[in-house]
Amino acid sequence: MVEDAQMNDKSTILTLIRHALKTPTHAETAKLKEKYLASGKPSVEEINSILPPCGATFEENLSIFKKNADDLKADFYPVKSLDEAIENLKKIAQAENWKLIATHGNGDLKTTAEKLGLPAIYTDKKYDVHELEKCDAAITYCDALVAQTGSVIVSSRTNKGRAISVLPPHHVIIAYKEQLIPSLPEAFALLKKKYNGNLPSMISIITGPSRTGDIERILVLGAHGPKKLTIFLIA
Amino acid sequence: MKITLFIPCYIDLCYPQVGKSIVQIFEKLGHQVECPESPACCGQPAFNTGYWEESQETAVKVLEQFRDAEVVVIPSGSCGAMIKVFYPELFEGSEYEELAKSVSSRCYEFTSFLVNRLGVIDLGARFPHKVTFHDGCHGLRELNNKLPPRVLLSKVKDLELIEMTAAEQCCGFGGTFSAKFPMISTAMGDTKCASALETGAEYITSCDSSCLMHLQGIISRRKMNIKTIHIAEILAQQ
Amino acid sequence: MNPLALEFKKRATASVADVNRRKLVLTALSKFEVKRNEKVAQFKNWQKGRELAAALKWDALENLAENLELLVNNLEKNGAKVHWAATGEEAKNIIASIAKEKNAKLIVKSKAMTAEEIHLNEALEKQGFEVVETDLGEFIVQLRNEPPYHIVFPAMHLTRYEISDLFSEKLKSQPTDKAEELTMIARRVLRDKYIRADIGITGGNFAVAELGAISITENEGNARLTAALPRVMITLIGIEKVVRRMEDLALFLPMLATAGAAQTISGYNTLYSGPRKSDEIDGPEEYHVVLLDNGRTELLADPVERDALRCIRCGACLNVCPIYKTIGGHAYGTTYCGPIGAVITPRMRGIEDWQHLSYASSLCGACTEICPVKIDLHHHLLKNRRIAGTKTPVWWQKTAFKIYAKISNSPTLWSLMTKFGRLGQKLHPLIKGTKLDPAYAWTKNRDLPPIAKQTFKEWWRMRK
Repeated sequence: MVEDAQMNDKSTILTLIRHALKTPTHAETAKLKEKYLASGKPSVEEINSILPPCGATFEENLSIFKKNADDLKADFYPVKSLDEAIENLKKIAQAENWKLIATHGNGDLKTTAEKLGLPAIYTDKKYDVHELEKCDAAITYCDALVAQTGSVIVSSRTNKGRAISVLPPHHVIIAYKEQLIPSLPEAFALLKKKYNGNLPSMISIITGPSRTGDIERILVLGAHGPKKLTIFLIA
Repeated sequence: MKITLFIPCYIDLCYPQVGKSIVQIFEKLGHQVECPESPACCGQPAFNTGYWEESQETAVKVLEQFRDAEVVVIPSGSCGAMIKVFYPELFEGSEYEELAKSVSSRCYEFTSFLVNRLGVIDLGARFPHKVTFHDGCHGLRELNNKLPPRVLLSKVKDLELIEMTAAEQCCGFGGTFSAKFPMISTAMGDTKCASALETGAEYITSCDSSCLMHLQGIISRRKMNIKTIHIAEILAQQ
Repeated sequence: MNPLALEFKKRATASVADVNRRKLVLTALSKFEVKRNEKVAQFKNWQKGRELAAALKWDALENLAENLELLVNNLEKNGAKVHWAATGEEAKNIIASIAKEKNAKLIVKSKAMTAEEIHLNEALEKQGFEVVETDLGEFIVQLRNEPPYHIVFPAMHLTRYEISDLFSEKLKSQPTDKAEELTMIARRVLRDKYIRADIGITGGNFAVAELGAISITENEGNARLTAALPRVMITLIGIEKVVRRMEDLALFLPMLATAGAAQTISGYNTLYSGPRKSDEIDGPEEYHVVLLDNGRTELLADPVERDALRCIRCGACLNVCPIYKTIGGHAYGTTYCGPIGAVITPRMRGIEDWQHLSYASSLCGACTEICPVKIDLHHHLLKNRRIAGTKTPVWWQKTAFKIYAKISNSPTLWSLMTKFGRLGQKLHPLIKGTKLDPAYAWTKNRDLPPIAKQTFKEWWRMRK
């Protein structure tokens, strides 16, 4: 019965749409489409001719990313090695009095957790959300960094899930040189290629720590998501 | 050049000095001025209220009157926009469609006519006062008339132009809106006057007497220390 | 006069009188405008961006049926369940039956204007579910039992003192005048809810057809948590939100954030394509997407006003509208306020009852100027007025305009009217400002200019 009602609603809506669109477009609006979509879709270059600048070299990309991160109150550390990142993290962990962290049990993340010497829960295996809630920080990989906007892209494939990058109050990202993408259109093109046909259930573009302006438009960080966002770029 | 002048209803009735100033300015520049007896209105009030048939009754007369005019000049951004931008829409699909487009193309708001069509920016005027400018919405957004009035004011001797922060914000007149929703209209006018007073100017000027009528109404009632004057009157001062 | 129009006028009058509230709103929006202009200036070509955004949205709408079918196919391939709701009632039934089937008790919600539109919370609460708004602004107005004041900043009309009092009363928290402390109070309360919730309901900003995914924009992370922790996730989204390609978002996301919130891009922009995959350790086990019509196809049928469906709900038009700034969001008395609300409400909820919203505008055009997808907002208000004048003419007004047309077309009648007008003005002071005054709407708060001793036409005639 429910299915029948559903099919009816679906058919009705589609019929109404087709019927509505029988009256042709108002001339002015049609002109816009001719102007921009004659070749089917806008190119990366066309969109970038509109968006803010992203830089032409790695150094420029880095500099723009850093400026954006500073404006967003995200902490950005370009470092030469994982060890340098870990040294910085030790200082942060001490200053913030971390007792428990969340991360994954493989590769550089595992190395980081071990060298930090803190109790850790590993969310790349089954875990208890109440334990995750107690964590002071989460350390994860990312899919990409975007210079143009100062964003970090994460996914539920790379992070094996959704909660680790949003529940703990401090989110730390370990990123690598080739992950710094100049612009948002290029980042989307790369993601599309990477995940074509087999999307992670979540892809999130994170730009700065969690924030709100809902109270008298006063900026407050850490509304629900992480209050602090720290990015290490190993280059 | 033979200039046909269209004097909007409220200028005819309440601000004839605006029309007189314009005639004076054009004749001094050596042009011949024509002013048809009727119609007295461009039909905007009916159009804006949704009564297009009633608007057409007046608008048709306007079109007939200006059928053979070389150029039509209107001292109002809102009436100017009505004829230039909205007449083609009002008459779309009717027997007057072509005439509407033709008249529209020969129509100018007063300041943009002076600057863009006649190429005149200095009328030898003198107005030794502090002045702030109000951008009427139709003139600003329908006719893109931001620069010409400012260019003309910059050449008036001893005039100090101080821009108010709310220069581009609607004054709240909006035609029949001012009578239908007087509480909102007046509040908007209050905000505008407050911004004008902040500049320390002695006068608010504009290309639109309708806006100025609304602002003056508030200024008089509240006994504010500022006056209103149409830009044509400033430009005619020697 | 139509009762809804009367109520609107009452509320507008009350808003105008609330000078402190108006000052708060005006100050916030003035500061916002400065920041927004800065962010717009960062774009290499903002105007081109508006044109391309309009073209992309237009293309998506012109092929809406095909795009919706593509979207649904891809969502289902990704493991999501899709439901179609022709009306708000349908949508409420679908969501309620999912909640019932899952034996849900607690539902957390992130911001969804569509949910406000259909009064979803009310319906769910009536059926015994606890529904908690997680967006800070929505959380605050939910506690106050009010609708949102602005589509992006729901509590912008409140001071922190009012919010502190509210939290003290409802949450038994310590009073404070610091925005940060108030936010932390809400954060603590809501964390528990996210973890215990059975269902997370979200709205959606874009539905990407080629990907089969819903894009959700936010700054707080509350939608991220709503979509991460509960075992069932439901998205309610209008059918007009469809865009074709993932890459289109590279333009829309920065423009949405810049126009609506003076940010280069919002804090979290997330694509959800389905429930957790087999290689994902957490995330909802089920993902339901409810596609809502509720009058959108009617608007689509109007070849001129269908561009209003391009709306990306950024709130930019509200931020610049002098009427909105004066009367605030609640005065409109309906879900969508500001210029976009004034355009679509009479079309979607009936021109007979809601035309006053299209008349409550000075047609200044600031909204059209800022709209990132180039909706011809203020001209649509004119169109709505024309429909109102044709379908539901007010006879005395129509007659008055007819008479005025005759008078202004005839030099003789105009001349007569001028003379009578002068006489009338001499007698006017006797009734000026009183209820007998025909010009009371004007003279209550303003002075009328006198008719000149010699009108322009009289002067011109004498000259000749």
